[in-house]
Amino acid sequence: MSGLIRLITLYAIGLLFGIGIMLSGMANPAKVLNFFDVAGTWDPSLIFVMGGALITTLIGYRFVLPRSESAATPLFDKRFHLPTNRSIDAKLVGGATVFGIGWGLAGFCPGGALPALGTGVPAVYIFTAALIAGLLVARFLAHRPFMRQPSGRAA
Amino acid sequence: MTIITPFTPWASLAGGILIGLASVLLMRSLGRIMGATGILSGFLMPLSREDWAWRAALLAGMATAPVVMMIATGSMPAVQVPVSTAMLLVGGFLVGLGVFFGGGCTSGHGVCGMARLSPRSFVATLTFMIATGVTVFVVRHVVGG
Repeated sequence: MSGLIRLITLYAIGLLFGIGIMLSGMANPAKVLNFFDVAGTWDPSLIFVMGGALITTLIGYRFVLPRSESAATPLFDKRFHLPTNRSIDAKLVGGATVFGIGWGLAGFCPGGALPALGTGVPAVYIFTAALIAGLLVARFLAHRPFMRQPSGRAA
Repeated sequence: MTIITPFTPWASLAGGILIGLASVLLMRSLGRIMGATGILSGFLMPLSREDWAWRAALLAGMATAPVVMMIATGSMPAVQVPVSTAMLLVGGFLVGLGVFFGGGCTSGHGVCGMARLSPRSFVATLTFMIATGVTVFVVRHVVGG
């Protein structure tokens, strides 16, 4: 029973996120690319998306993040799963650069594409298939000896 | 090909606030970061049945959002694609590689990580925003211009 409530809650959170993404324009490559095209058909809307999301999360996290290790637990889990990797290295900067190039070419980011799958637009499926291929190839490369070093899975 | 899009500060702000609310609720419910990359990776390569189930529920919620909006408003939210299939394929592949090694994307680093004041996320977000801006400039004004 609690398992079902947990899944319904998560479905509702996904729905909220998806509506936010669709309403904001983050799932519309024309809008995303225009945001970055300051020298051309600039559309500054995405500043409001990032600003609204960041300020809301910043305030909300103050209430829900644990102040100490044992202070509280989430509603449906025994503990918090916060990223522990703190290293600022070539992998982080290189990965972020490659992501940025891809985002600039396609106009979709993962958080934009996943809700947009529900529109049925074929381009979203083409992008998502390539995204999954990239993730799987990256995972394969990461497990080869020359790349092996301590790190967590993608957050 | 370039499509002119209207400036939509209110819809974008409202959408941003909903994205933020969902991120806060996920932290409250499961103690996890609302990062599309991490959620998708774990869905594709699950650690356990339970771990897979919540990711599937979350992704199902995301993907039904356009349908719910269609029912509520009578029109599907716009997805206009001003790039070729080749750019979608190459771009998608690079996004997959990049977010794996970079440890996150716009939602994970740009919203949740920055909201946790993580220096790592600040560096990642600044880096990909610059890389995206340069790429768009090169595609539209150097190669295509």
